[in-house]
Amino acid sequence: MEIIDILLSASFWAAAIRIASPLIFATLGELICERAGVLNLGIEGIMVAGAFAGWMAVYSGTGLWIGVGTAMLVGMLFGLLHSTLTVPFGLSQHVVGLGVTLLATSATYYAYRLALPEVTSPPKIQAFQPWDIPLLSDIPLLGPALFSQTPFTYLAFILVLVVSLVLYRTPLGLAVRAAGENPAAVAAQGLSVTAIRMGAVIIGSGFMAMGGAFLTMSAFDSFFFEMVNGRGWICIALVVFGSWKPGKALLGAVLFAAFDALQIRVQQTSLAADIPYQIFLMMPYILSILALVLMSRRAQVPAALMVPFNKGER
Amino acid sequence: MRLEPIENPTLARKLVPPALAIIATVVITALLAMIAGANPFSVLGLIVKGAFGSKFALLETLNRATPLIFTGLAVAVAFRAKFWNIGAEAQLYAGALITVLLGTGALAWPSFAILPTLAILSILAGAILLLIPALLKTRFGVDEVVTTLLFNFIFLLFISMLLEGPLKDPMGMGWPKSARVLPEARLPRIIDGLRLHWGFALAIMSAIIVWVIQARTTLGYEMRAVGLNRQAAAFAGIPVNLVLIKTALLSGGLAALAGFSEVAGLKGSLTLDLSPGFGYTGIIVAMLALLNPLAVIMAALFVAGIFVGADSMSRAADVPTYLADIMLATALLLMVLAIMLTRFRIVRG
Amino acid sequence: MDHDAPTVLCLDAITKRFGKLVANDAISFSLRKGEVVALLGENGAGKTTLMNILFGQYTADSGSVEVFGNPLPPGNSRAALDAGVGMVHQHFTLADNMSVLENIILGTRSLFVPRLDINAARDRIKELSETFQLAISPDEKVGNLTVGERQRVEILKALYRDVRILILDEPTAVLTPQETNDLFATLKQAIANGLSIIFISHKLHEVMAISDRVVVLRHGKLVGSVNTTDTNKQALAAMMMGANATPPNIAPATTGAPLLVLENVSTPNIGTAPGLKSISLALKAGQIIGLAGVSGNGQAPLADIVGGVHFPHTGTISLNGKTIQKWTPREAVKNGIARIPEDRHKTGTVSDFDLTENAILERYVGAPFSKGGWLNWRKSRLFAKDIIAKYDVRCPGPDTPIRLLSGGNMQKLILGRVLEADPKIVLANQPVRGLDIGAVNYVHSQLLAARDRGAAILLISEDLDEIIALSDIIHVIADGQLSPAFLRNQMSPAELGIWMSGQGFDTGVAHAS
Repeated sequence: MEIIDILLSASFWAAAIRIASPLIFATLGELICERAGVLNLGIEGIMVAGAFAGWMAVYSGTGLWIGVGTAMLVGMLFGLLHSTLTVPFGLSQHVVGLGVTLLATSATYYAYRLALPEVTSPPKIQAFQPWDIPLLSDIPLLGPALFSQTPFTYLAFILVLVVSLVLYRTPLGLAVRAAGENPAAVAAQGLSVTAIRMGAVIIGSGFMAMGGAFLTMSAFDSFFFEMVNGRGWICIALVVFGSWKPGKALLGAVLFAAFDALQIRVQQTSLAADIPYQIFLMMPYILSILALVLMSRRAQVPAALMVPFNKGER
Repeated sequence: MRLEPIENPTLARKLVPPALAIIATVVITALLAMIAGANPFSVLGLIVKGAFGSKFALLETLNRATPLIFTGLAVAVAFRAKFWNIGAEAQLYAGALITVLLGTGALAWPSFAILPTLAILSILAGAILLLIPALLKTRFGVDEVVTTLLFNFIFLLFISMLLEGPLKDPMGMGWPKSARVLPEARLPRIIDGLRLHWGFALAIMSAIIVWVIQARTTLGYEMRAVGLNRQAAAFAGIPVNLVLIKTALLSGGLAALAGFSEVAGLKGSLTLDLSPGFGYTGIIVAMLALLNPLAVIMAALFVAGIFVGADSMSRAADVPTYLADIMLATALLLMVLAIMLTRFRIVRG
Repeated sequence: MDHDAPTVLCLDAITKRFGKLVANDAISFSLRKGEVVALLGENGAGKTTLMNILFGQYTADSGSVEVFGNPLPPGNSRAALDAGVGMVHQHFTLADNMSVLENIILGTRSLFVPRLDINAARDRIKELSETFQLAISPDEKVGNLTVGERQRVEILKALYRDVRILILDEPTAVLTPQETNDLFATLKQAIANGLSIIFISHKLHEVMAISDRVVVLRHGKLVGSVNTTDTNKQALAAMMMGANATPPNIAPATTGAPLLVLENVSTPNIGTAPGLKSISLALKAGQIIGLAGVSGNGQAPLADIVGGVHFPHTGTISLNGKTIQKWTPREAVKNGIARIPEDRHKTGTVSDFDLTENAILERYVGAPFSKGGWLNWRKSRLFAKDIIAKYDVRCPGPDTPIRLLSGGNMQKLILGRVLEADPKIVLANQPVRGLDIGAVNYVHSQLLAARDRGAAILLISEDLDEIIALSDIIHVIADGQLSPAFLRNQMSPAELGIWMSGQGFDTGVAHAS
């Protein structure tokens, strides 16, 4: 009964949407990279860097949206590094991705320590505040859940729409998808596979960093170590779960976040009295693995994912 | 631009790019030290001195290198077969868990019986833990990168649960910490009076054994063939899935030995900070060693030296220790690029 | 064709080296409006390299290209396309998971235009496919198309861009003789519409049928340029092959007992590739059985079954009269089947392994190359050295990575690896694809020698001429069905072509049952 009460409460769904938002950004980012044929395991570190960069910008006095822009820019820089190594040089996407995650994470921690050497408890910023959309936010249940979120969350949903439109309705999206299916087809039509793939990784990495920034600028209001905590890896699972389609990935992220929100609430009920809290914390990771197992056979993987392209290879 | 394979690389071609990678890493580290307001030369000097400058420093480096040799080998073995085991961290804790489960009194045998038993059961635990992602990969085609990564989080939470529950040391004054293992279950020091335990010797032996497996046995040949060209291996009759599973068992077992060695050799009990990311650092070790098991020893010493040296440098020069992690990540990325440039040249068109 | 027509394309002294190999040595020729120039040469003569330079996939080391009087910037496919040069590659450059329409319009508009204009594109494609007799449905996924249809998509890709010069690289290699005729009709239509065509081939009769002028390449050099009306097949063959033009001399076969027998074997379809449909086939000692057919019609599943990679879905295999229960690559090798795979780079060898490691790839388990799980590198290395000497593998030694070898030498190592075991059965899947004429003759002579030793040989090839030249018995495979056995010289190429296109099976099936 308690669970049904939870599921019917608007605050539960509002929390689910809030938890889903950073995942949506980062999943979209990873999806763009993979659609162009590049697996980006830098995601976890890029989210850390984005979380810090956005927060730090605001902490040093810029506006919130400038902070978001800063995070995106930092993410794009790491995307540039990743794609330079994996696309024209064709290095192992596994190794480079993990290397970028290590580099981005340690560089972020280094910068944090340099910027704030003395602090014991992390300082706070004035984060994004919920913004009620007139009329829509008055709808019962749906209103408070969907339309009383922060503008950063609305941006996540808008971005899903934009990415869908670009991928399926524009020449650019067609070229990105083709680069992930058969780069030779792209080259034969006079386009540069290198430029398309690098562009996709750079933009995608920018989105990942925005996902990280959401954590420090909308979900919480300060930066602390380990705050990304595997969310990046979960997003990679969500891309598979969403069959590399933005709409389905959004659905997966919300579904996933709803489970996460549910476990947080169930923990506080009498149902959880005898269950160690770690069991609940494990759930997101276990769910991700289950999602991968469920989708593995059905998923339509981009045919050239992880296949480097060397122009004119004989 | 286009990459063209070089048929007969000259000696210069083989040496110059890696040398440039090392120089570039050092330069970047120095620049970062300058950003922190320190003298770059003294920072670099302090790192080297802190790692190898005294008997104490050297022993500390050797101790720190021990688990890294195990996790480096675990990664090297797996990556050689292109099985992407990123879960050495979890497998390490699996070994540590078995060691405290059975070493704290469940097996009250003399040392010569209990230590090998603990080692073997640790290996089994790590192997079984990695068997799950391996089976998910071979049976369902689930990518092992993500599953092994997620297993790290799941298994650490599991350890945390045990340490706050059944495994909690009643004498631990409330800390999530296990009881200490029996004296019989402690790895003795190699030389009396020197703070270096037999885990280090076990790591060196493991590296040699792995090298022999790869170079001399049919299993090693199969692993290399599967890693280099799965399609050709399958066509030739090599049972690819079985080889991947054997690889996973070996890799998981090696990583678990790191946990066994840390608990039985150094710490004596299990805590949540037993490993400061040895499993992940193993990836850097393995890559810097170009996946060669014997080179893993050298790479582990180098990486351990950077960490130990950075710790003492940080105290002396007031530069955050994360400098060491940046240095290693940079070295990793530049080294894979350099190795590629020893085999290919960049040509226009 | 009009001999005073303006020159549309001019290649001047194009030179391209790959390492030590000179792929193109100062090649010059020109193309006039409305002309079909055939670029003739053996595999490895440098035809594809030359066209890739023209199309901007490679950059020439020296020399220049002029299109319609304007110099073409090197290494830029986009510039080539914009100048009106289109290329149909031998290996299609299509994205299987995307529609015909998407493949065609890819890259035809600026990437930053906000919309695709699908409907206008669809109308245009329909119009083009009517004009040039290229039947295609624009919204079908490319993955669902036959090879012939895919080629039409490739041609439409070029026509959609209004190219004025069309390069076709070995366009008939994957077509049945009937489909080839359709292609020629399309090309004639293109000429009538004012296009000019470069037609790359090594098939003399096609060159004679379609071209106005023939340019012959040999070992990277231009060795002749003649009007088609002024020459004949023999003269062209002599130019193309130089002194090597000696086809193997084939003694009649002495047929023995059936060694490997497939009965009513079926396999499931995989995606759009047809599986085998209840085929029966007997490989007999001392006989070469040729399997003719357009690629993708069931050759792969059949080769996989003979080679031990798959066990048939239904039906039986028997070896020396005994029905097989367990069937793996290792079992196949153990039972004396030599397997020459279709793709020597991807399935035949591990390119980063050295010659020794590649030599023992199929037989490293047990004596003589290992014992109790321990490899015997000394014996393995001797084996590799033996192959190198006996099969004339040109290489620095047994410790060389095999990726450094040419295709021909790689194939010789594979031949040695499988033939040294004195096999009873040889599966030769596309054994000479991409090899130069010397290597082709060598491989063929080895296959014939194996036959004369009493081995049963299954030769799978897309090259009908090769099948006809070597086979004692010919079967045609189409859509997973197997034709009856035809004896040497029983059928003309045209008659075989009818079977290859899938006609004739109605009567054939009735005959078999």
